[in-house]
Amino acid sequence: MRNPYLPLPMKLVKNFTETSDKLIHTFTFEFLNEQDAENFQYRPGQFAEVMVYGKGEAPFGIASSPTEKGILKFSVAKVGVVSTALHMLEEGTIVGVRGPLGNSYPLEQLKGKSLTIIGGGFAFTTLRSTIQYILDPANRGDYGDLTVIYGARNPGLLLYKDELAAWDARSDINLITTIDREVEGWTGRVGFIPTVTKEVAPKSDYAIICGPPVMIKFTLPVLVECGFTPDRIIMSLENRMKCGIGMCGRCNVGSKYVCKDGPVFTKEQLDRLPNEY
Amino acid sequence: MIINKNEIPSLLDKLAAEYRVMAPVKKNGLVEFAAIKSGEEACLTYANTKKPGKEILFPQSEELFNYTVDAEGVRMQDNVDPTSTIVFGMRPCDAKSLVLLDNVFKNDQYEDVYYLTRRNNTLIVGLGCNEPAATCFCSSMACGPFSKEGSDIFLTDIGEAYVVEGISEKGKELLAKLGLAEAGAEARAAAAKLQQEVKADGTINIEGLSDKLGGMFEHPFWDRLHEKCLGCAACTYLCPTCHCFDIADEAKDCNGCRVRNWDACMFPLFTLHGSGHNPRPNGKARWRQRLMHKFNYFVERYNATACVGCGRCIKNCPVNLDIRQALADIRALD
Repeated sequence: MRNPYLPLPMKLVKNFTETSDKLIHTFTFEFLNEQDAENFQYRPGQFAEVMVYGKGEAPFGIASSPTEKGILKFSVAKVGVVSTALHMLEEGTIVGVRGPLGNSYPLEQLKGKSLTIIGGGFAFTTLRSTIQYILDPANRGDYGDLTVIYGARNPGLLLYKDELAAWDARSDINLITTIDREVEGWTGRVGFIPTVTKEVAPKSDYAIICGPPVMIKFTLPVLVECGFTPDRIIMSLENRMKCGIGMCGRCNVGSKYVCKDGPVFTKEQLDRLPNEY
Repeated sequence: MIINKNEIPSLLDKLAAEYRVMAPVKKNGLVEFAAIKSGEEACLTYANTKKPGKEILFPQSEELFNYTVDAEGVRMQDNVDPTSTIVFGMRPCDAKSLVLLDNVFKNDQYEDVYYLTRRNNTLIVGLGCNEPAATCFCSSMACGPFSKEGSDIFLTDIGEAYVVEGISEKGKELLAKLGLAEAGAEARAAAAKLQQEVKADGTINIEGLSDKLGGMFEHPFWDRLHEKCLGCAACTYLCPTCHCFDIADEAKDCNGCRVRNWDACMFPLFTLHGSGHNPRPNGKARWRQRLMHKFNYFVERYNATACVGCGRCIKNCPVNLDIRQALADIRALD
């Protein structure tokens, strides 16, 4: 019997301050054992429990893509005991990682389809994984047009700034970045995600959307207006979690566990569940 | 088979030489399951233990694994407990609850090694209830005072002796080794009569309840149900089918352990996000969760109701909230 509670040892190789407010760091971990790297087969949209020895563990979406071999990346906001401890870790420290957990974005099913990916704030982590995966030369041909709408309150709060610049320079991805209020030197759009989405009026086969509840609430009607049916709007939920394997009982929405049955659900699936998340 | 009551202590002594024997014992004015050293300690005349029998397989607090972190790296020690155990004298409600918990701790992807290792190495000797308590309603919950589900061996108290039945293969194998006397026709008839006639409160009809609850999430019924609840969670901690748990780390210097503790959906912190958002922010949402989980969500997931009618939630509620009344009220709704 494999014990799903035991973490794998990983080494923190980079603790990078991602945002100008310094509240979000991106952590890059390397597997200590080659066998673990091989066994840790994940898909974009999955998450893992990251453990700081002596402090505890917490679930975070995996921000790296499976095409980036040998490492895992997580972008973590400093909010609680574990995330604060993580932020203070020195490079070289050993941590524990348990996963991959949860389902994933249905990238197999999305092959041959055009996609609109919408992200807000720091909920862009598993979306980065997805974009990175699709843009990989080995996979790009499997997918149609890719539109990405990504917003943050101000330019400093956008994650992955170097990558955004690189994506912007490519012709096989249509990247639209937006901030809430005008800032000097900003060349992207200004406006909230729902408004910008309305302006862009994306026409794709599927939409993937991830962000704070208020953004989701106002963007969903726009997507419906743009012609996306509920089975073609894909969302990722988060809830407080402990076990991550469908046993500890806290992350349920109705009879579904976000950790094991999710975190990815279509709007059609969520419409059938109680509005309690 | 049959065993005289005065032979029970020596039987338990014999078993305790080979197995860890957990039996109800009197301690601090309560009855609880504990490992016994001598058969004399067992108290089989109890109504039910204060804490549910689930704690034998799923302790209130347990160290899952320990770890040491130092210059040489990380070393971990896993605390899986494979001790061969006999639980002697578990009430049918608690025995049935283990069958329900089996659904939770093993799913299509993951196995909880701590629970399952104990489960696989534990044999349950069930004990029928000749006198169900006023708070017992197992007869309403696909269980009953003489339900044998979850027991490997089953005892029926016929006065001077227990009639002993082997239920599972594991139970029959153990009985074959013990060499008990065969029960006479009279003893068997006495046991059969008890098993047929003794009933707990069986007036709560849960037929169709799951479907009804499925359409009731937004119903105004939930607005008032929780009003006198203090949110103490005694009902959930002491419920034999409640399985929610918390995972935390305890550490000192370079030594730490990962601990699992019972947790409860009746606490606001249970679902509180790091952001401050709470999907179940009030008593209404939490009471709805508790009832929905037992009578709808669990049914949808595992095709069984997560209540065995042990009555602990009724007996231990400081404000006398009675789940039987809540169920009757739901049934009475149009």
